[in-house]
Amino acid sequence: MSSTMTRAQLIESIYQEVGLSRNESAELLEMVLGEMSSALVRAETVKISSFGSFSVRQKGERIGRNPKTGDEVPIIPRKVLVFRPSQLLKARIRGEDVSGIKLDVDAVPTSAPRSFSSET
Amino acid sequence: MTKSELIARIAERNPHLFQRDVERIVSTIFDQISAALTRGDRVELRGFGAFSVKHRDSRIGRNPRTGEAVEVSEKTVPYFKTGKQLRDLLNDSPSHDQPISSPDTLS
Repeated sequence: MSSTMTRAQLIESIYQEVGLSRNESAELLEMVLGEMSSALVRAETVKISSFGSFSVRQKGERIGRNPKTGDEVPIIPRKVLVFRPSQLLKARIRGEDVSGIKLDVDAVPTSAPRSFSSET
Repeated sequence: MTKSELIARIAERNPHLFQRDVERIVSTIFDQISAALTRGDRVELRGFGAFSVKHRDSRIGRNPRTGEAVEVSEKTVPYFKTGKQLRDLLNDSPSHDQPISSPDTLS
């Protein structure tokens, strides 16, 4: 049975790990998410080693379709956030033994410049 | 911005905390998200985004260099969907001005 982790559980983990008050733990979680968001708004890539990287891609205008009516609608150019999981995170999720993978594996591979949008 | 820059920035804003505690806080956040995904759970951070795992069935792929068909085995991959608030921040415009451009309606 899969469940959903929310801020509450993360705050509880910070509280137990560091011994700050729950209030302060909550503030720090918000601060971390806020700093990451601000960096992304400044178009900076956020690289979290052994977790993954977040970057912003500019998407050009294209013609989309309303799937219900079939009407053609222009989709305006916009920025989208792309998350690229690190090799380590992908391996962990595949259930592989990750003890051999070094912890500082960079999330951005040097060989493959392509990246996938999180909305495709 | 790297993880160490993120830690430095948070430490700067919290002079009453030891740098090593800030390190533990930041690491705990990402470790807990990774652990939840490894269990197959979702992680929902309203406003920021949601992490989940997606199952990909096995398929016949092709080696792009040789054109040779190869079986790609089934796998589970991490996935992130940007939260509405962050998406709006990136585009600094309220999303109700452009309802059809929302990725949800066009997937």
